[in-house]
Amino acid sequence: MSTTSLTTANPESPSPPPVFLPSRRDRILGRVQNQGAIAVLVLVVVIASIVSPGFASGANVLSILVGNAYPALLALGMTFVIISGGIDLSVGSVFALGGVLASYGSLHGGFIVALLLPIAVCGLIGLAQGLMVARAGMAPFIVTLAGMLFARGLLQAISNEGQNTYQVPDSSIFNKLGQGSWPPIITVAVFFVLGGILLARSRFGHNLFAVGGNENAATLMGVAVARTKIWVYVLSATLAGLAGLLNASRLGSGVTAIGVGYELTAIAVTVIGGTLLSGGAGSVIGTTAGVLLLAVIQNLIGQYISQYGSSASMAVNGAFLAVVVLLQTYLSRARRIT
Amino acid sequence: MSDVALARGGVDRARLLAWLRDYGVYAAIVLLVAIATILNPGFLSGSNLRVQAFQLVPTLLVSLGMAMVIATEGVDLSVGAVIALAASLVPLYLGYNAYIAIAVCLVGGVVAGAISGLMVAVAKVQPIVATLALMIGLRGVAVIFNGNQAKPVADPTFNAIGIDSVGGIPIMLIVAIVAVLIVLFVMRRSTFGRQLVAVGDNRAASTLAGLPVRRVLLTVYIVSGVLAALAGVLLVGHGAEADPANQGLNIELSAITAVVVGGTPLTGGRIRVLGTVAGAVFMQLLSATLIQHNVRNSFAQMAEAVIICLAVYAARDRSGR
Repeated sequence: MSTTSLTTANPESPSPPPVFLPSRRDRILGRVQNQGAIAVLVLVVVIASIVSPGFASGANVLSILVGNAYPALLALGMTFVIISGGIDLSVGSVFALGGVLASYGSLHGGFIVALLLPIAVCGLIGLAQGLMVARAGMAPFIVTLAGMLFARGLLQAISNEGQNTYQVPDSSIFNKLGQGSWPPIITVAVFFVLGGILLARSRFGHNLFAVGGNENAATLMGVAVARTKIWVYVLSATLAGLAGLLNASRLGSGVTAIGVGYELTAIAVTVIGGTLLSGGAGSVIGTTAGVLLLAVIQNLIGQYISQYGSSASMAVNGAFLAVVVLLQTYLSRARRIT
Repeated sequence: MSDVALARGGVDRARLLAWLRDYGVYAAIVLLVAIATILNPGFLSGSNLRVQAFQLVPTLLVSLGMAMVIATEGVDLSVGAVIALAASLVPLYLGYNAYIAIAVCLVGGVVAGAISGLMVAVAKVQPIVATLALMIGLRGVAVIFNGNQAKPVADPTFNAIGIDSVGGIPIMLIVAIVAVLIVLFVMRRSTFGRQLVAVGDNRAASTLAGLPVRRVLLTVYIVSGVLAALAGVLLVGHGAEADPANQGLNIELSAITAVVVGGTPLTGGRIRVLGTVAGAVFMQLLSATLIQHNVRNSFAQMAEAVIICLAVYAARDRSGR
């Protein structure tokens, strides 16, 4: 709207301004930028399949998918938070907390407790963070940084300073929840589909884009800004707790040292997937592509680089992240200028 | 909030809140020291204060750089990795001369800062992602340089920097004080300081006003890198070992906390240098007090989280919205 009024209001050009149809190059660039992660993913998969014969084997693909299934839920929650214009640094700690609470619950209360305890506690942590961000107007970065410390502290308090690793009893049904290769993949896929529908097709999703795009405008439009934001943090923390719970069921114990740095991976994956850190734009499909892209790259690093040590993997990982982000930024800018 | 509705009491309350926002950290430090001294009369002894100073200085140096970056509406997650890089460079160049080793470390900081600065200023990548890439990658590079094992650094110059005192004041602390004074001067009296805050306040307006936005951003990240490298040198000197796998781990979180507790808003456009110093001092004394009284680590961490929230709540910006 603003661009048309600007051009027509120009007194030096009484003739109607020429209409610029997007050229083919622009359209392709736009496509690539929107689906940049998918494009890079396809490219990497094709190259990897040609170069490395074992890559496209069923077993390897399955191991890529299973190995990254549960932490991917953190990225799903992060997508919502980042679209709202915030950030959630607490998810790694909440993920670990969910696992410890679930195994503690399965040991002391049984299946139902193992399910409800982590969901309730993690949901409450999310609620507290949401209230601080939305009602008290505190910066999401620092609120969730404190949430990260708090969740990690709570975990340590439950597990005797991280020394007790609660084992899920072999007889518990809870043990069966995350076993096998297909159940985790299907569970996570279902959550991603539900998340995609919630974001793209629901009233909540539309409100979310409005809030993230322009908070003042959303308020004036009558969107319940604070409530939307609170729900976003509850959703993110609950998903993180759920991911931890499922992961604990898969491992059969509540590992205390898990989840450090997962929040940063989740943020990186979300950004690679095209969600803007400034809020108001993003998609679940993009995040899915980002998750898969990072998983594939790490699989390749594991195959070729890890023989040179984990530090070499770290260095390559960082370099890769930088390249992808630079590529993304370049593509989005190329489109904006033309 | 509503000054009108609260009438006369409201003015006092608003003034109290504003005071709390500006000087809350200093009040909190006084309160904390008072409580700590009552609980443990030896808290203010010279030996304890020396220990606190040694632990404070690296975080303080990193926080100064972080405050400047945050004032430009950015954040620098790579500082811990830059410390690791500096630590890994020390044993490699110590063979020549301690001063050359220090110089190489600082150059390493410049290079690391330049990389993130170029990504932020020229390629316009979001600061959190740009510096995250460096945070992951640089520590890997540092460990490749050094190997996974910590290497002892038994150089007299290095150890003197880390342990010795001049006139009863540790050299490390003198370095930190000099750094604080320089940053204070730059931020309050120099054109660069004004430009930095302007860029953080409104980047588009600064560009239109003809400010060298790119150069300012690039410089800020380089300064942050150099300060982190300096912190790395001091850490190596104090610990008499170079341990890139562990040194500087999570220091970015402590630094961000110190900056925010000190009253610098994460939204940019404002910086409080002395507040940052106070924030770093407060967080150091807080964790020291909790540890000295055998509070379990887990509860200390939760208490820290709650106190950060309270501090930010008191310091939050109430104007507008």
